[in-house]
Amino acid sequence: MGDGRGAAGPELVDVTSLDGLLRELAPQVLAAVVRRYGGFDTCEDAVQEALLAAATQWPVQGVPDNPKAWLITVAARRRTEMWRSDTARARREEAVFIQDASGSVPDVDDTLTLFLLCCHPSLTHPSQVALTLRAVGGLSTAEIARSFLVPEATVAQRISRAKQRIKADGFRLPPALELPERIAVVLRVLYLIFNEGYTASSGVSLNRVELTAEAIRLTRQLRPERPDDGEIAGLLALMLLTDARRPARTARDGALVPLAAQDRGLWDSVAIAEGTSLITSALAVAPVGPYQVQAAIAAVHDEASSADATDWRQILVLYDLLERLAPGPMVTLNRVVAVAMVHGPAAGLRLLDSLAPHYRVDAVRAHLLDMAGEYAAAGVHYGRAARGTLSVPERRYLEGRARAAAGMGGGSGVRSSPDSSPS
Amino acid sequence: MKYVILIYGNPASREVWDGFTPEQQAEGLKIYAALNADLRASGEMVVSQALAEPAAGRRVMVSDGVAMATDGPFAEVKEHLAGFYVVDCASFDRAVEIAGRIPEAGWGMVEVRPVQNWSM
Repeated sequence: MGDGRGAAGPELVDVTSLDGLLRELAPQVLAAVVRRYGGFDTCEDAVQEALLAAATQWPVQGVPDNPKAWLITVAARRRTEMWRSDTARARREEAVFIQDASGSVPDVDDTLTLFLLCCHPSLTHPSQVALTLRAVGGLSTAEIARSFLVPEATVAQRISRAKQRIKADGFRLPPALELPERIAVVLRVLYLIFNEGYTASSGVSLNRVELTAEAIRLTRQLRPERPDDGEIAGLLALMLLTDARRPARTARDGALVPLAAQDRGLWDSVAIAEGTSLITSALAVAPVGPYQVQAAIAAVHDEASSADATDWRQILVLYDLLERLAPGPMVTLNRVVAVAMVHGPAAGLRLLDSLAPHYRVDAVRAHLLDMAGEYAAAGVHYGRAARGTLSVPERRYLEGRARAAAGMGGGSGVRSSPDSSPS
Repeated sequence: MKYVILIYGNPASREVWDGFTPEQQAEGLKIYAALNADLRASGEMVVSQALAEPAAGRRVMVSDGVAMATDGPFAEVKEHLAGFYVVDCASFDRAVEIAGRIPEAGWGMVEVRPVQNWSM
């Protein structure tokens, strides 16, 4: 960044790095403009327009020496114009705004405040996600709409409705007592964004913003705001350790490859190393929380050189802990898998009986029956699970297992661990 | 999650509608207008269309690589698709709640189907 004008020449401005720069500056610019003028709603629109102006002008004219100040100035000007079109009173104040905007930028880091506002508990999940991606992530409404495969008007409406809703909330940190609860909401929103990207199959990812990368980037941005928060570190580690397996998760034909059958050589070792070191240091100092435990489980999987080398005893201990910290049907189901891997399929099958019906329960039951050598019954439950899922790749995978089980007389095929969670 | 809400019609329901006074018809359309406005405001609306009558449609048949569009046959059709919504909402329950506001639901002619997805 810095001196794009001099050395590189305008035509050599790298569009990808420019995009990265703009997205990184987006929340800082927005926070600065909101802090100076108030009115999150209008300021957010103005910053979007400033980002758009930069995206079209900088590749041609070069990156200004102080990109952040440039964006703040342009956003402030746009904000004044918008405000003036709304009300007549702005005219006399305009001069002051412009004068102010070109000057120094207050060095208050408002990133956390911005995250908390966008993930306000009064908003619905889709609105929190859309607003966070736009206001903190610097994505356009069109980019968000493409990522979630909904019309732009739908996303635009979610954003404007969300902004209306939080209008009364000032741009300030909530009382310290409420902070942990509010940060938990932010983490859930970031995890939602991550999962949306992680579960998208490659076929439709063309033209979509890489949501997993975006979620990781945003979580990285949040982390220095609360360096002692073990759950932020835990979530970042969980994302890195999960995303590291992505290259091995889909076969060339788009078919889903379960964890046990993945080519571990394809896993991203750099991401695994970073995730493991993050979670190790977080667990050593911070109070334990659900994201940290999930990251620790992911780390145990990622550290195993082969599926057979997986330390299931340790995974079971971690699931016991997770079930106490954050109980839920998926946690219980995953714990059943760990029990089966440690104590045998019969022990797992016994535990399954108490669970509410769900296709993932059928899938795990099928796997355990498969492990126990009861192939006919396994085939039936694989079939039931296949009919229950709405995901096409998952259905294909389960149908394949159902056929394999049906055709199984003696020798076993792929010996895989039953994987109830997204691999 | 996206859901498609399918609204069916049949000759009997058509007759009921045609037998309505203009005021009654306007009332029915108002219910739809209010539903559409609410779904747009909540950010749940993806798309919604009412469909022309089946008789206005064409049936497509490809034979030897040549596509032929013909009228009908529609004579034996007892129920037809009259319109649909695609909504993006939080849960199946919410989709059912939306579907429940469609007047045809009073005759059991509304169906909610989750959209099959290509993600894993």
